[in-house]
Amino acid sequence: MAPDSSAAVLAARPAAAPARGSAMKRFARRRSTIAFLMTLPLITVIGGLVAWPAGYAIYLATLNRRQTAFIGLENFDILLESETFRSVIWQSCFFAITAVLLKALVGFWLAHMLHHIPAKGQKIWRGMLLVPWVIPPALSTLGWWWMFDPSYSSINYLINAIGFPSVPWLGEPWWARISVIIVNVWYGAPFFMIMYLAALKSVPDQLYEAAAIDGATGWQGLRHITLPMMQNIISITVLFSLIVTFANYDIVRVLTNGGPRDLTQVFASYAFQVGVLSGNIPRGAAVSLFMFPLLAIIAYFVLRGVNKRNQEMA
Amino acid sequence: MAQVSLRKIVKEYEGGVQAVKGIDLEIADHEFVVLVGPSGCGKSTTLRMIAGLEEISAGEIDIGGAVVNDVPPRDRDIAMVFQNYALYPHMSVRENMAFGLMLRKFPKAEIDRRVNEAARILDIGMLLDRKPKALSGGQRQRVAMGRAIVRDPKVFLFDEPLSNLDAKLRVQMRTEIKKVHQTVRTTTIYVTHDQVEAMTLADRVVVMNHGVIEQVGPPQELYHHPRTRFVAGFIGSPAMNFIPAKVVERGNGLVLHLPLGTELAVPEHRVARYKAYAGKTVTFGIRPEHLTDTQNVNKPHVAIFNATPEVLEPMGMETLAHIKLGGAEICARLDPLVAASPGVPLPLAADMNNMHLIDDATGLVI
Ligand SMILES: Nc1ncnc2c1ncn2[C@@H]1O[C@H](COP(=O)(O)OP(=O)(O)OP(=O)(O)O)[C@@H](O)[C@H]1O
Ligand SMILES: [Mg+2]
Repeated sequence: MAPDSSAAVLAARPAAAPARGSAMKRFARRRSTIAFLMTLPLITVIGGLVAWPAGYAIYLATLNRRQTAFIGLENFDILLESETFRSVIWQSCFFAITAVLLKALVGFWLAHMLHHIPAKGQKIWRGMLLVPWVIPPALSTLGWWWMFDPSYSSINYLINAIGFPSVPWLGEPWWARISVIIVNVWYGAPFFMIMYLAALKSVPDQLYEAAAIDGATGWQGLRHITLPMMQNIISITVLFSLIVTFANYDIVRVLTNGGPRDLTQVFASYAFQVGVLSGNIPRGAAVSLFMFPLLAIIAYFVLRGVNKRNQEMA
Repeated sequence: MAQVSLRKIVKEYEGGVQAVKGIDLEIADHEFVVLVGPSGCGKSTTLRMIAGLEEISAGEIDIGGAVVNDVPPRDRDIAMVFQNYALYPHMSVRENMAFGLMLRKFPKAEIDRRVNEAARILDIGMLLDRKPKALSGGQRQRVAMGRAIVRDPKVFLFDEPLSNLDAKLRVQMRTEIKKVHQTVRTTTIYVTHDQVEAMTLADRVVVMNHGVIEQVGPPQELYHHPRTRFVAGFIGSPAMNFIPAKVVERGNGLVLHLPLGTELAVPEHRVARYKAYAGKTVTFGIRPEHLTDTQNVNKPHVAIFNATPEVLEPMGMETLAHIKLGGAEICARLDPLVAASPGVPLPLAADMNNMHLIDDATGLVI
């Protein structure tokens, strides 16, 4: 991709420049040196706020409870043997995958509808549909919590009004899991919508015209033109959202606090419970690191695919 | 293969812009028809209505004997080549060409046969597995044509397919398109604003202006017998000269009084045609190729007069002389060997057999 080649250009330039002054001066004048100096603040920030905490978390995860001895992967061993943690893995995966798929579907559907309403109305609708995304999730989740409340639930009120029995939203494990997913989808779908809307707008109309003439129905156009043309955006948003959703903390924390009986715990909330509430920081770190290798591998392949398509198409 | 009829076609865009104002056109089976006209005259709009990409505001379009007004593009059995090719960037050349056949559920073997055949005709066999990004403009153009050919549709539609190519490639692809049409014989409607392209490709040329058809006919007919001043000026390059002139009776004949006291005699066989305009002011039209130096002119009905060139443009095989005649700027084509220099009067020969007179009131050629 571009960064490699531009780096190569940057590195190649100084070699051609006439050598004058001391080696130090020459070094300072090199464009790659200047480039490095100018990105240094960013590198420092990323190093301090991302790399160091990540490295420290990995280090913590290899210590014993009192952080006095190195115990290798024992924390992970113990975790994997615990029934509760195994269900946390399952719940996290179920939560993240279902929520991401739903967000992608709902986001795509919304984007598609928005894309087909005339430009004037589009602005208002786009603004309104973005609202869930801009409200701080802890706050909006509190609103949902009220709507799910066993005695005051406004949703149940509506359900009763059309003649169905009340739903134990947060009291029964499966309903509680569904509730968490609903709130996450409500909160996250606008992000997908806005990304997909931008992607839809970037597909030239003429491709649809060519496809229509080639004999494509609307569905075939969607399948053979729209989706392939959006594939990069789709995989990047899904990857990004998968990472963020796996790390989601506030919704579970506010809505169910992991209950009932730890059956809605996900990695982040469980890590908090184990590490902070129960005071076993190293094991909490181990919980939160659990998905890292898997996500890293997924990210590697997704980004490689994106890169390859970029080179072939754009 | 099919004939195409447009009957009283009107296109009105939202906001009341009438892009096409009721045109009638009959296109025969196997015919190559070129729509030509200045920018914004409604050529693309007309083509897109035939393709079904644009709604028809009024009138009827008939392809192969069936009215298609309400038929979606996919069921019209037409193929279109767009100005910027509109190749699917995520598909290889082969997939681009096969796409229409795949959607129509052709057997794999038949798709392969047709794609390979089209690739052979267009000489793009070695590009089949590339993506459009890795093709040059001319190659993309060929692939876009290949995509149309494999479909074996009733009608080919081209919308300025060559305007993104450089001049040399444009000439080459023009020949290519003509060759392809001679091979596959599919009815073709071709839009361009380049009158040279129109003249060289068309069986019949349709000249459009401001949403109406000015004239329809074979290239030679449009060239020699333009019906309106617009067609006369649009067809031919360099464009026809227009000079204000007064028709004056002299004896049994007529002469034209041009600016600067120039007088040209009207040939006898045209006298009857122009008689009614005696004493009136009209526009005299003559093509640069009929306004030459006086070397070897021994044709009948040549009128000689003197004029002073302002600018000379040597083109190699000829020299273009630009002359101011009163208010009119005119152009003559000289033999490159004629000794002419700017500012020096020069005898010119006007071939009056190829003259035109235009009624200024109606814009029609008399
Ligand atoms: N979507 C539209 N809405 C309103 N007016 C339009 C629209 N598309 C085209 N027009 C108008 O219709 C007229 C004809 O347009 P058209 O594209 O058919 O011209 P054209 O002959 O193809 O010109 P060109 O050689 O520049 O391509 C123009 O005046 C144009 O401004
Ligand atoms: Mg056009």
